[in-house]
Amino acid sequence: MHTPASYLLTVVTFLPLFSVAALLVLRSDDHVWIRRIALAASVGEFAVSLLLLRGFDITDPAYQFPEYYNWIGSSIHYHLGVDGISLFLVLLTTFLTPLAILCSWKSIHEHVKGFFVCLLVIETAMIGVFVSLDLFLFFVFWEITLIPMYFIIGMWGHERRIYAAVKFILYTMFGSILMLVGILWLYHLTGTFDLPVIENMLSNSAPLPSTEGLLLFGAFFLAFAIKVPLFPLHTWLPDVHTEAPTAGSVILAGVMLKLGTYGMLRFCLPLFPAAAHKLAPFIAVMAIIGIVYGALVATVQHDLKRLVAYTSVSHLGFVVLGIFAFNAIAMQGAIYQMLNHGISTGALFLAVGMLYDRRHTHEISEFGGLATPMPVLMSLFLFVALSSLALPPLNGFIGEFLILIGTFAGHHSWAAWATSGAVLSAIYLLWAYQRVALGEVTVEKNKTLPDASLREKFILVTLAVTILFMGLASPYFMRPMEPSTNALLQQMNDQLQRPQNASLPPLPRTAGAPSVVLPAAMVERQARP
Amino acid sequence: MSGMTISMAEQIANLQRVAPELVLSLFGIIVMIADPFIKPAGKRALGWIAFAGALVALASVDVAIRSQGFAYSRLISTDGFSIFIHVVVIVAAALAILGSIDYLEHEELQRGEYYALVLFATAGMGILAGANELITAFIGLEISSISSYILCGFRRKVRESNEAAMKYFLLGSFATAFFLYGIAMVYGSTGTTHIDSVRTALERQMAGSGHMPALALLGLGLIFVGLGFKVVAAPFQVYAPDVYQGAPTPVTALLASAPKAATFALMVRIFYISFQPASGMWFWVIWVSAVLTMFIGNLGALVQTNVKRMLAYSSIAHAGYILVAFAAATEFGVAAVLFYLAAYVLMKVGAFLVLTHLGQRGEKRLSLQDYAGLGMKQPALAACFSLFLLSLLGLPATGGFFGKFFAFQGALDSTRSHGGAVIALVVIAAINSVIGAYYYVRVIVAMYFWPESQEYVPTRVSGAVTFALVVAAIGTLYLGIIPGRVRSLAINAAHSLPIQQSSSSTNALLRTRGAFYRN
Repeated sequence: MHTPASYLLTVVTFLPLFSVAALLVLRSDDHVWIRRIALAASVGEFAVSLLLLRGFDITDPAYQFPEYYNWIGSSIHYHLGVDGISLFLVLLTTFLTPLAILCSWKSIHEHVKGFFVCLLVIETAMIGVFVSLDLFLFFVFWEITLIPMYFIIGMWGHERRIYAAVKFILYTMFGSILMLVGILWLYHLTGTFDLPVIENMLSNSAPLPSTEGLLLFGAFFLAFAIKVPLFPLHTWLPDVHTEAPTAGSVILAGVMLKLGTYGMLRFCLPLFPAAAHKLAPFIAVMAIIGIVYGALVATVQHDLKRLVAYTSVSHLGFVVLGIFAFNAIAMQGAIYQMLNHGISTGALFLAVGMLYDRRHTHEISEFGGLATPMPVLMSLFLFVALSSLALPPLNGFIGEFLILIGTFAGHHSWAAWATSGAVLSAIYLLWAYQRVALGEVTVEKNKTLPDASLREKFILVTLAVTILFMGLASPYFMRPMEPSTNALLQQMNDQLQRPQNASLPPLPRTAGAPSVVLPAAMVERQARP
Repeated sequence: MSGMTISMAEQIANLQRVAPELVLSLFGIIVMIADPFIKPAGKRALGWIAFAGALVALASVDVAIRSQGFAYSRLISTDGFSIFIHVVVIVAAALAILGSIDYLEHEELQRGEYYALVLFATAGMGILAGANELITAFIGLEISSISSYILCGFRRKVRESNEAAMKYFLLGSFATAFFLYGIAMVYGSTGTTHIDSVRTALERQMAGSGHMPALALLGLGLIFVGLGFKVVAAPFQVYAPDVYQGAPTPVTALLASAPKAATFALMVRIFYISFQPASGMWFWVIWVSAVLTMFIGNLGALVQTNVKRMLAYSSIAHAGYILVAFAAATEFGVAAVLFYLAAYVLMKVGAFLVLTHLGQRGEKRLSLQDYAGLGMKQPALAACFSLFLLSLLGLPATGGFFGKFFAFQGALDSTRSHGGAVIALVVIAAINSVIGAYYYVRVIVAMYFWPESQEYVPTRVSGAVTFALVVAAIGTLYLGIIPGRVRSLAINAAHSLPIQQSSSSTNALLRTRGAFYRN
């Protein structure tokens, strides 16, 4: 085991929260130092999180850097760990947060301290979601992400921010509370909140009866699908993005939406494989509708930020499709696409935010011919847009391509429909770019706009380099994922192959743990005082 | 009875077992005696005497812990359960007293009897929590009720306060009458009023005739009317919004929290112990009442713009969540009820104390609009208020979350005896907590997102209120982050009750899991 680095995950998770304390002692009008310390904290956090890469064993499908302590009684544990699925999502979070802080350098003037405190708290909560291996702990982090985001939208957003903030919190809370019921119900059936123990229990001794499996799958899936958001639950997303400040959109699109797809991979698939298989066709149809619908609606937007928001609906449709194709290649593609979407869409929002800082509008008709006054910003914008529309050899191409060939292997028609989304994405992004950047400068005010500042160049170039690197060096990212995704699919297949409800006794309807045959090690672990 | 004489040792043990009530009454009397000798300017000292009384009472709980058992020929049962509720109730009273001192000062109502009544009411609730006999329980109920009627009308010159007192008095008297009538029927049917003996009698009759005597069930129904009124369970909640809104805010803080805890304690004893054999029947009554209570509370709160009234409706909704745990009819359910009450008392008293301060002179500043931009004007106070609101909403890392969590868990654990009905109940409760999210969050929206209100001029938060708020806030966070200790206390408390699982619901799992938590 990784004993020398055994506290690393706790450090990575709570370092941002810890640095909040440093911010709190500063005077609230000392904006310069608040920004500097927040940036330093997030950069330091990124550096620390890179240590995870060094200690990570890419051949091992198991959870690494495990930490396991009793928290409440002996049934709720502080249990952390990362595997190939969550490793890069943690890094994505720590990578995007400093950029989000940097992009708010000038655009946030009011309550500066509160803003950066919110960003850092949200970072801790999101990392917590990715590394929790106890259902209860997971849920706690999951819920804690809501409140800082709610404040970010509601306090620093645009005109209709209050409406957007309330919509955001009510939508997501509705999903998550049913997941809480699901978690409790699962606990009632298995007698533990510990994810690996539940996985073992379900795959080694007794699968869930099919109705219960379906209901539980539904309770979890609904929460994740709202978060992703999967069509037709996506209606909160455009409103929230349009009203959120740039940093809020970056974090929301870059990381928070992935909490949903991550949840599907981590919980829905391994815990309820039968239900997942049964419902996969419906989910795939929803995902495909999302891909096409999101793309079509994005095409007709006249608000640039709303357009980018709809591209998320489309792109995350690909991710969901890749997950529910139950194919190793598609699944790795889906995880890779989660990272790509975080980088590319984050970058798109950042670029749009830079335009907003100059003109205080997102209306496409207010722009036009911007390439003349600001060539650097616009060419970086184009580069990012190309990555988002999956141009080879950039990162987006790898993800979408893997998802499509993986899906094609099992379901030709799914892949065929989804491909149309890839075509549409070229239309809406290039058309948007054309309207914003090319041609004559249509609005007088735009002629004198300053080009990207050093800070802005730094942000976008960093992202562009990452995009290129992820496109060229994809094996570097894919290899650590492989063992975990293969193990996940293997585990699902094992569960499905076993004759259900036949030779093995199904879980007794209400009694739980004691009647389930547990491997000795797990029994001992459960009974630990 | 042959031995009417009681030994000295037994006499002392009796006194020790009711030590908190003795202390509370004693300090109540001290306050009343001291009152005439203190000049109007120095009356606030009486508040501090009362606060000291509450603290001594809290300390005297320790005396009761050391000599647990029955007191006064089994009229009172001093067990872990009763002690848990005592602590909850006394803490609520102490916080309410701290909130009252400055409130009464600026309302020009500073009087000794106020504090004395608070202490007497608390003593009554203590009796309610420990009663092992129905008439004793009735006496406890009356002591606490009558004191509260007067406290409600303490703002004599304000119409709403008078209305509240009158409404509370009339309806409350009805309710206690129902309760008393129910006791009479239970006595008629079983020949005893001791809570544990009722059970034995009922079981004997059931063994004879094969069914529950109708008279006893009718008695139980009437008892539920009386107690449902006190815990504001639907359909007996009608009075609550008006009364809670009209009563002086620190009194509301007390009323909305402590009596609920004490009355739920009595309900647990009557329903779980005496009428355990009928649990299959009363389960549905509680189920329906819980659903109604949650919906009425939450939907009612949605449309309020007066924050005090909104919190009044929210306390109806919370009675519903507690009933969800109550419906479980297991030891686990009891533990969940206890934990919920502990968390609830802290957050509710905390929220009302913030309102006590924000209401300002004459309780004029209670509408949502008044709090616009409060987050910028008084960041600490607004943060405190937000914490209590988020806890009421049930967000993780607050006590309210674990309250709900354990309540749902307790209910789900009883699926063996009640089947899908409890799952439905938990889902309904979950949906309700999302409805609740809307109105709690709205207050936070007003405090942080709305432009600052010009009319509202913040006033300094006094030391007493600050202290009370800090205690409530720390308590709420403590229960939300490290709930293990209180949770195991609650489980032990529940375990101290003679709840026998009827053969159909004996669940080995629950026992083992209980052991997990106790570790």
